[in-house]
Amino acid sequence: MAALLSVNDLCVKYKTFEGIVHAVNGISFDIPERGTLGLVGESGAGKTTTALSLMRLIPAPPGIVERGKISFGGRDIHALSEAEMKKIRGNQISMIFQDPMTSLNPVLTVGLQISEAIVAHQNTSEREALKRTQEMLEKVQIPSARHKEYPHEFSGGMRQRVGIAMALACNPRLIIADEPTTALDVTIQAQVIELMRNLRQEFSTAMMLITHDLGVVGEVCDRVAVMYAGEIVEEGSLEQIFEDARHPYTTGLFKCIPDIEEDSSQIQPIMGLMPDPFDLPSGCCFHPRCPSCMEVCRVERPAFLRENGRTVQCHLYAKGGVTQ
Amino acid sequence: MPGTATTLKRDKRQSKIGEIWRRLKINKGAVAGLAVILFLSAMAIFAPYLAPYEPNKMNSGPRLASPSMKHPLGTDSFGRDQLSRVIYGARISLYVGFIAVGIGAVIGGFIGAVVGYYGGRVDNILMRIMDVLLAVPQIILAIAIVGALGANLVNLMIAVGVSQIPRYARIVRASALSVRGQEFVEAARAIGASDLRIILENILPNCMAPIIVQSTLGVASAILSAAALSFLGLGIQPPTPEWGSMLSLGRQYMRNAPHLTFYPGLVIAIVVLALNIFGDGLRDALDPKLRQ
Amino acid sequence: MLRYIFRRILFLIPVLLGVSILIFAIIHLAPGDPAEALLGPSATTRDLEELREQLGLNKSLVTQYFTFLTNTLKGDFGRSIRTNNPVLEELLDRFEPSLILAVLSMTLAIAVGIPLGLLAALRQNTWIDTSCNFVALLGFSLPGFWLGLMLMLFFSIMVPILPSSGYGTWQQLIMPTLVLSTNTTAVIARMTRSSMLEVIRQDYIRTAKAKGLSGRLILARHILSNVLIPVVTVAGLHFGHMLGGVVITETVFSIPGVGRLIIDAIRFQDYPVVQGGILFFAFCLSLVNLGVDLIYALLDPRIKAQYRAG
Repeated sequence: MAALLSVNDLCVKYKTFEGIVHAVNGISFDIPERGTLGLVGESGAGKTTTALSLMRLIPAPPGIVERGKISFGGRDIHALSEAEMKKIRGNQISMIFQDPMTSLNPVLTVGLQISEAIVAHQNTSEREALKRTQEMLEKVQIPSARHKEYPHEFSGGMRQRVGIAMALACNPRLIIADEPTTALDVTIQAQVIELMRNLRQEFSTAMMLITHDLGVVGEVCDRVAVMYAGEIVEEGSLEQIFEDARHPYTTGLFKCIPDIEEDSSQIQPIMGLMPDPFDLPSGCCFHPRCPSCMEVCRVERPAFLRENGRTVQCHLYAKGGVTQ
Repeated sequence: MPGTATTLKRDKRQSKIGEIWRRLKINKGAVAGLAVILFLSAMAIFAPYLAPYEPNKMNSGPRLASPSMKHPLGTDSFGRDQLSRVIYGARISLYVGFIAVGIGAVIGGFIGAVVGYYGGRVDNILMRIMDVLLAVPQIILAIAIVGALGANLVNLMIAVGVSQIPRYARIVRASALSVRGQEFVEAARAIGASDLRIILENILPNCMAPIIVQSTLGVASAILSAAALSFLGLGIQPPTPEWGSMLSLGRQYMRNAPHLTFYPGLVIAIVVLALNIFGDGLRDALDPKLRQ
Repeated sequence: MLRYIFRRILFLIPVLLGVSILIFAIIHLAPGDPAEALLGPSATTRDLEELREQLGLNKSLVTQYFTFLTNTLKGDFGRSIRTNNPVLEELLDRFEPSLILAVLSMTLAIAVGIPLGLLAALRQNTWIDTSCNFVALLGFSLPGFWLGLMLMLFFSIMVPILPSSGYGTWQQLIMPTLVLSTNTTAVIARMTRSSMLEVIRQDYIRTAKAKGLSGRLILARHILSNVLIPVVTVAGLHFGHMLGGVVITETVFSIPGVGRLIIDAIRFQDYPVVQGGILFFAFCLSLVNLGVDLIYALLDPRIKAQYRAG
């Protein structure tokens, strides 16, 4: 079966006053119909840039998509005209943003902000759009009468649910959720995740969930891609990554999670910081922080090693795997 | 080593000024504005050497003569050389501009620092007074002050300066309010630093950048106000060469001698424009966050 | 909302009271005797005494202020020393030209300033942006009185197509309106530009794009409504500046408005008129600020909510 979304060797950089930021450096991944991919990594790893480039919303300038192919439903995203792209945005691919406090327009009612997406993509009257809007609000557990209210009248968690309603309003084939719970309280996070999981099944939509929270990934996703400094260092099914992580960065991430059954002194933070995106290290980007760094890691960028439907980009596995 | 700390501090400050200058240099407009301001300041300082004639000497040439080699900007109705008067006029305008801003910034800054630092009732009362000052258009307030005190150089500077107080008071107050609650101020207080010292060492340095920018723009607006008042006959009195009053005099001869109104106004526009462009550039250089 | 408006009007009272004290203090603490100024150096001591008695100048300042205040509250601003007409009558007589001039100029400033600012922001960092910025800075820096004289020179003397001064026909309003609006146009254009640049990088604009809305809809619905909020504030704040400009413009073009009245009154030391005129300006300015606050509430639901609560 052909993938719904297929990204191949995507490179995005930002040209700024201070220099060139290599935000995304040759990443590839697929999402099948109804599939869910978790994109995991620290802040600044290039996750949001990846998401925006799928929608062709990289702000340019300063952003430049240097190379790479993105195909969605068999169509090459970069070959589409802007008008065709607009028909895809919000309709076939929609997005849930990180900060519900800033991602809704403060001077428009939430009802209008949901219904305008419907009006833009479906040949409906204002009234039908409003009806659909109210249905969507009910689906995200907001009383439909509140469609007349403004974002400031809602709590953070409710605003994020408005964002979800907005994203699902046109029944898209793919939802990109960019850290949808990061800005919320922990108790609200669980509710929102639950809601997203249920609605995704109800609408049978594919999803790319961007997060730095492995717990959320474990609840929602069936595949996981780990990003570091603009590269996907490891990718595999949920079980493969959670049970048998290969890349030292991935194992490092898991060691950062406190475990109830174990002594909390077991937490081992990954030493050091994310590399300066203006000046990425030579060889493997992770080598300055890697506990198993070898001589070759400093000079040579590791190849992608594929095996059993998983990929890892690390010299440690160079002999065991099959080089691409 | 007690010396090291101060050297470090000085180095840091110097590098900061260097950084600001580096950013300012990129902005060609701002550099041009600065050049014009320096040029006009030099013109004001060296007026006696630059002016071809005595600015107040009547009949230096024929009356109402058009610009010529002898009188590049023509002569006025008393036969005074207009170029010399324009050059000397720079003295008055820049003088009034800087002193008025000095008055406004020092008084306004002081008020802002005190009310922001102490807060509470003092703050409330003074801010209401500022509301009152803001309810009267700046130039009308200045007109009233000059009208009451009498039209002369000193009163003009006072009038323009006083009408500028609120803007500085607001900037410094905001900074004082934000600094007041911070831990390093608490710490300074705990080791027994006096209030005055805290204000001088912590609050003022924090708002220096907006004050410098506001002062640059303030000089521009003070020069404009002063020229407007003189134009209305409420500022510098003749025969002192001042751009606004030159315009007012030349106005009567617009039909036959338009150069009398053209040049003095042009110089005012150039000075004010230069100051505004420079002030703008300075703001961008001091606060890179505002840059896109 | 009505309650809010009422409260805002109540807040005007202390401000206007403050203005009355301020103006009274400036005029009465100053050296110079209006009686002497009025009667000239040839006046006898007895004449002076009589006039002072008549004007109430021989009473203490506090008494004078309270007399002034109670009369003002009754709508009696005193009589002009020069014409002996009631000040309020003189002010109202002269109100029309000033009002028309101010309203026309503000309308022009908004109609030109906002599109100019939007254009500059949409073409950020191109030559269009640079020239819009320069024009705005220029408009901000030109002395109004000089601009007025230059327009007069070109359009009344060199190419006589417009009347140089006076009030009564629409042609006579063209140059004064241009002069008075220049500065405000520049301020509005600059504010619109920076507000626009701020708004277009907000997250909610990205959300709107992600919904696949057309560029025009995003501009009209999502951007403009947010851009206008700070622009309205600045235009309101700048209205005071414009009232100052009214004084100068009216003098340059010999328009019989309130501004001209104040200047003439100052020359004649006609202090009741000066007092009344400045108070009148302060009152207008306060009303405009009140209006701006209400428009603000209409544009921004967050503010409206605060009003409902308060």
